[in-house]
Amino acid sequence: MGTLGFRAGDPVTVRATEVDHHHRTPWFVKGKQGKVRLVHGEFFSPESRAHGGDGLPKRRLCQVEFQQRDIWGVRYRGSDDDVLLVDLFEHWLERP
Amino acid sequence: MSDEHPPLLHAERSRRATRILAIRQLLVEKDVVTTDELDDIIVRARARTPADGAKVVARAWLDEEFRERLLTDARAAVGDLGYQLSHDTELAVVENTADVHHLVVCTLCSCYPTSLLGPPPDWYKSFAYRQRAVIEPRAVLREFGLELADGVRVRVVDSTADVRYLVLPRRPAGTQGLGEDALAELVTRDSMIGVAEARSRDRV
Repeated sequence: MGTLGFRAGDPVTVRATEVDHHHRTPWFVKGKQGKVRLVHGEFFSPESRAHGGDGLPKRRLCQVEFQQRDIWGVRYRGSDDDVLLVDLFEHWLERP
Repeated sequence: MSDEHPPLLHAERSRRATRILAIRQLLVEKDVVTTDELDDIIVRARARTPADGAKVVARAWLDEEFRERLLTDARAAVGDLGYQLSHDTELAVVENTADVHHLVVCTLCSCYPTSLLGPPPDWYKSFAYRQRAVIEPRAVLREFGLELADGVRVRVVDSTADVRYLVLPRRPAGTQGLGEDALAELVTRDSMIGVAEARSRDRV
């Protein structure tokens, strides 16, 4: 946690974990591979704060770019070059 | 709010209002927040309008150095223009070009750059927009009246966390020589969300 040190350009896979508590990882990117575009910095953890916690430790927030085709497959109606940016906390990311 | 937004179906309005009042009452009863604090949040959100975001965009169109700073350190750049962002969220600005068009959505709730645009429009918070913007952005854009040229790539931005996104729209053609105020007139709320382009000069 926090030591993964993702940097811009790193390929990442989003953890496919289902959790019951409030979190900020949309279902449609779970298990999908993308690329870190930039790291926004550290923020209080919404997974803690949403449940009365202090939000610590802070988590690094990465902006991850996905190819729309990789997420939706043939259901995606658009260009093969279209992309989706999602801000994801580092502990939801793994190296593929 | 009712006079600022297109009318909702009566049933939806009353369902939503009932839910909001129930949540508000619970938060106050449980001492999470006071009614004064809630009122303060609403007053601060309404103190901003899209005209504020438009000033930022117009400045970026005119001042190359400001534009670069806006794209790399938005908080500092808008701070120079007198806009204080709330302490717990960040701002990022994404730039539309001839090759890429950005569209902002919050699929999880309704995160929005309120510090620069004021409260979000109702459609931004609707389930339909939040679901469709990610899977069929081009169809959504067409419904807003925006047909993108061939070869323009769509980059949807899902603001899932603590960063609020503002789109820097393309400067319309034929606007050389216009001053900051005249340029700001061309910058609509929708163009800063990415569902439209800035107005062309002849359509003001």
